[in-house]
Amino acid sequence: MAPSAYVWLGLAAVYFLLPLYATLDFSLKENKAGVPCCTLHNYGWVIHNGDFWHTIKISFLLALETIVISLVLFVPTIYWVHLKLPRLRPVIAFMALIPFVVPPIVMVVGLLKVFAWTPGWFYGQPWGFLAAAYVILAFPYMYFSLDAGFRSIDVHTLTEASQSLGASWPTTLLKVIVPNIRTAALGASFLALAIVMGEFTIANLAAFHTFPIFLQYVNESQGFPAGALTLLSFLITWAAMLSLLLVGRKRGARGAVIAGAR
Amino acid sequence: MSYLTLENLHRDFGTVKALNGINIQIGEGEFLSLLGPSGCGKTTALRLVAGFDRPDAGRIVVDGRDITNVAPNKRDMGMVFQAYSLFPNLTARQNVEFGLRVRGKDRATRGSKAGELLELVGLGHAGDRFPHQLSGGMQQRVALARALAIEPRVLLLDEPLSALDAKVRVQLREEIRRIQLELGITTLYVTHDQEEALAISDHVAVMYGGVIEQMGTPSEMYTAPATPFVAEFIGTMNRLEGRVVDSTSGLVEHAGLRITIDAARGRQAGERVLVLIRPESLEVQAAGGNGDAGGNVLRADVITHTFLGPVTRVKLASGELSLTADMPPARASALPVGSSVVAHVPSEGVKLLQLGDDAPASVGLDPDNP
Repeated sequence: MAPSAYVWLGLAAVYFLLPLYATLDFSLKENKAGVPCCTLHNYGWVIHNGDFWHTIKISFLLALETIVISLVLFVPTIYWVHLKLPRLRPVIAFMALIPFVVPPIVMVVGLLKVFAWTPGWFYGQPWGFLAAAYVILAFPYMYFSLDAGFRSIDVHTLTEASQSLGASWPTTLLKVIVPNIRTAALGASFLALAIVMGEFTIANLAAFHTFPIFLQYVNESQGFPAGALTLLSFLITWAAMLSLLLVGRKRGARGAVIAGAR
Repeated sequence: MSYLTLENLHRDFGTVKALNGINIQIGEGEFLSLLGPSGCGKTTALRLVAGFDRPDAGRIVVDGRDITNVAPNKRDMGMVFQAYSLFPNLTARQNVEFGLRVRGKDRATRGSKAGELLELVGLGHAGDRFPHQLSGGMQQRVALARALAIEPRVLLLDEPLSALDAKVRVQLREEIRRIQLELGITTLYVTHDQEEALAISDHVAVMYGGVIEQMGTPSEMYTAPATPFVAEFIGTMNRLEGRVVDSTSGLVEHAGLRITIDAARGRQAGERVLVLIRPESLEVQAAGGNGDAGGNVLRADVITHTFLGPVTRVKLASGELSLTADMPPARASALPVGSSVVAHVPSEGVKLLQLGDDAPASVGLDPDNP
């Protein structure tokens, strides 16, 4: 590697790591005069805070729900589009861009109106309304990741090979197609997880108490614990991603190299 | 008794008639090749048999049962594809076991059948490898084993060797034939490679423009082409368009050249015909020798030599007439480029096709590389 590459790498590392270091430094201080550096008091406060565990559980379960609904909806849809309706691909790609274009504040107002007729168990619960909103929000990330996965395999030949061997459509999808787009599905799931764990606007305007809302509340009311909370949430999100990766890898280790059927 | 019957199959794609009423009958245990250039409809026909597409008209019958509208996964057809089609996430053994797993066979049955078939295709040692760890030829062998594992009623092969290099292609086609004969499985094979089709088939059907031009044994197709297209497509052929001058002696005239051909006897004088002469039938000698005398002799100049291994292909020109002759390399070297030669057209063994007044004598294929 050229020396200049090390310089750029160092600069990038500083760019990403410096804020983390500053947050760490901040989280080890205490809001009392004369207390020497450093203290883990703020971390203790977070860990013993019931709201922290409650909200992070809600956000994490919401993320899982979003991932499951999105995969169940989008994998068969994109598969069918690749197989039978390739002309629809640009239309779906355009639709997938809409959540990028429409600001969340506009989207939440629209969604609140659209879903106003739905029963209370849906409209008043994060598992209903908020999950539906997050599926829409995650659509572009899901679509483009999965689409890339489907493009990396020969969907037509694999499908026909599977059918000629006697497999039905569901068997073909679950036993042949899904294992070969696992990497793409994992990538899409990471992105959905990250989005849901950090989404503030919709949850706030729809009056749901998720983790980002709690984080914002702590940040406004208690400075030093907010630093600890930020770092802990960062670690928890990374741990969640790592566990998703391990689960995916464990089941699909042999299929890790799927450079394509050809 | 026909085992697989394709009856009056039609298939249109928009304005293109991919299949225009083809009829094929294959006996049980027979190996039939559909041969033709790109776009002739051969793969469409195979896909209809596999069930991946439905005909606009006509029907497909296997062992007396009409399967025209049966779903592909209910047809019991083993298929090997042109593209590498092994499931990338499964090992070679798991690929072979896939069809048996779908059919609910137990682990022991699957394991023994897969092992047996991998041995049959010479890959008993590679069962635990993933497709990306296998060469193209090995992948197609596994694909063949996978297709055979379900004990299909008909084995379908869609240009399975076209992605392989020449040497592997020859080896594998011989293995396909050996296995087909060993198992006695009815096989429909699609290829654009005439040598491949002639080498391994019991019968060959040459297709062009969505119809079957001719069907017969490889030997019949080579020695007795029934249409100008088949004559042009199978092997290399000198084609002389002419008219019968004398039906008694079999005299035919082509651009001022008069030759006597046995096959022209009994034809009507003035009839438009296509004279077909295989390059290996032409006897070529240096000018000025004894060969100058007698009939059916044409004076020409040597234009090019093409070394093809066992033979050298010599191009001759005489005015506007161009001929191709194959001969042993040693003999060709005695006839250098630019030298004058005499070519003797034998009156026996030369084929003649009747041409309608408007029928084209050629469809424009490259005679050396159809």
